[in-house]
Amino acid sequence: MPEQTPDEAISAAGAGGPTDLALAEGDSLEKTPGGPEGTGPDTKPQSLWSDAWRDLRRNPVFIISALIILFLVVISIWPQLIASGDPLDCDLGNAQQGSQPGHPFGYDGQGCDVYTRVVYGARNSVTVGICSTVGVAVIGSVLGALAGFFGGWWDAILSRLTDIFFGIPVVLGGLVFLSVVTSSTVWPVIGFIVLLGWPQIARIARGSVITAKHNDYVQAARALGASNGRMMLRHIAPNAVAPVIVVATIALGTYISLEATLSFLGVGLKPPAVSWGIDISAASQYIRNAPHMLLWPAGALAVTVLAFIMLGDAVRDALDPKLR
Amino acid sequence: MGRYVIRRLLQMIPVFFGTTLLIFLMVNVMGDPIAGLCGDRQCDPATAAQLRTEFGLDKPVWQQYLTYMGNVFTGDFGTAFNGQEVTELMGTAFPITIRLTLVAIVFEIVIGISLGVVTGLRRGRPVDTAVLILTLIVISIPTFVTGLLLQLLLGVEWGVIKPSVSPEAPLNELLIPGLVVASVSLAYVTRLTRTSIAENSRADYVRTATAKGLPRRRVVIRHLLRNSLIPVVTFIGTDVGALMGGAIVTERIFNIHGVGYQLYQGILRQNSQTVVGFVTVLVLVFLAANLIVDLLYAVLDPRIRYA
Repeated sequence: MPEQTPDEAISAAGAGGPTDLALAEGDSLEKTPGGPEGTGPDTKPQSLWSDAWRDLRRNPVFIISALIILFLVVISIWPQLIASGDPLDCDLGNAQQGSQPGHPFGYDGQGCDVYTRVVYGARNSVTVGICSTVGVAVIGSVLGALAGFFGGWWDAILSRLTDIFFGIPVVLGGLVFLSVVTSSTVWPVIGFIVLLGWPQIARIARGSVITAKHNDYVQAARALGASNGRMMLRHIAPNAVAPVIVVATIALGTYISLEATLSFLGVGLKPPAVSWGIDISAASQYIRNAPHMLLWPAGALAVTVLAFIMLGDAVRDALDPKLR
Repeated sequence: MGRYVIRRLLQMIPVFFGTTLLIFLMVNVMGDPIAGLCGDRQCDPATAAQLRTEFGLDKPVWQQYLTYMGNVFTGDFGTAFNGQEVTELMGTAFPITIRLTLVAIVFEIVIGISLGVVTGLRRGRPVDTAVLILTLIVISIPTFVTGLLLQLLLGVEWGVIKPSVSPEAPLNELLIPGLVVASVSLAYVTRLTRTSIAENSRADYVRTATAKGLPRRRVVIRHLLRNSLIPVVTFIGTDVGALMGGAIVTERIFNIHGVGYQLYQGILRQNSQTVVGFVTVLVLVFLAANLIVDLLYAVLDPRIRYA
């Protein structure tokens, strides 16, 4: 089944194995831009992407998570929309007090308004999540794709290099690496996540490029004298990018969780930065007397991570015909 | 088989040195190892210079790395900040963390795989949806939040467990911390098993086994499960290293004096010997776990042969 390209590309991300379930869709699945693709005689040609988009629009999980993410992005840009206070405006006299009119989530150990801090905390989490994912995806997929395409010594070096980075436990590496940093911005954390995160994407990109490059249409393009760059960009990339997108979307949620964990341990973001991880860490000392200080930021963090992971799940279901 | 193991062991060598070198460099960037030795005060310059020569810190980094590795291979991991041998610290810390990791892995295998089988065989039914939603929620709540919440509820509010674990860390006190360490991986194991079971349950060999009249139990356990376990075993194997390293958070919450606790202390006090030593051993554990996983493939799937 030579035309079965998208399935093969995607199964590189999953457990592998033959896909005989999606044969019917497989015919109408793909019309690569420029790819000499044979489509079924009377099915209307549709790309993997428009197919996936049609699926996504009907998926309630996607709609809910997309709405939550949209909301998070909006309040990260304009937190003033729903929180009028200043997250650093604290009055020790109010310390640890519970819910009050105008301050629905109560006050934390320093007397800061928990609601305002929870709202302002979204910005750092979302920034870390998105920037790290973009960095990881770009570096990982370029290096992985080059290794998969050219093979040889570059591939061997890259494979060993990813092994090395996989050997380092992430939280541990974060403690060692970030404990020297004194900056209270998000950039060291993002840099660290990109540094340890790219091998994951590189492996997946390498795998799916290797699967894609053995397809007949790539051989045909080569026979027609296409340059390496053209083959990579026009023929291989569109068919190999789906698994990378899926893994990157799911990773986004875990990066947010990782930032909070590092901040909780005291090496991620540092005060005066506003972060859910910092607030949870501070609240853990007062867990007996004022559990609300812990529950609100923890809830916000969980909902955020949940939204991104659900989005990733929905995208995977839409892009992976095997699961239909 | 023997040749395969030898080839894999040889491949591990560059990975081992690469990882330890990376950590060694990170720790060196981390700060002045001498600063931690004089307590909170600044070291006297003359003393600092003498200490530097004594520990070989005046030499270039690569030379320090080589000396360190040479010592490691003779069993000398250096001295921790309090004058204890690092090997001595390992002797008390590793048994505790290994116990914690074992508890976590048992949870992963028993609960994760059974939930995965149950849901995989009933795709789309209410049980399946409920478990799927539950796994999503567990994955989304970071371990440190799960840990704090369970400590608050079970330890403080209801008094079912002790909120902090005693120094000897007996097995019964490690049950809840072990569950916390396992939680996220547990959810992944469930989902992986579910997908794998659901995919394989339509395979020809399952139909054949059912058709020749085998009881359903035997079909599921001997035929379906065995063929579905490969991705799950891969995951659990690579997870061993992550669990031991990731136990830092849980060990901190429940005050368990294991590897994570010692590492955290080492980092706080800028004691490079402790940090590099523990990480080196963790890397070895990780590499060994990966090798064992690869060898297990042949047990699970006789079609896989090692040349």
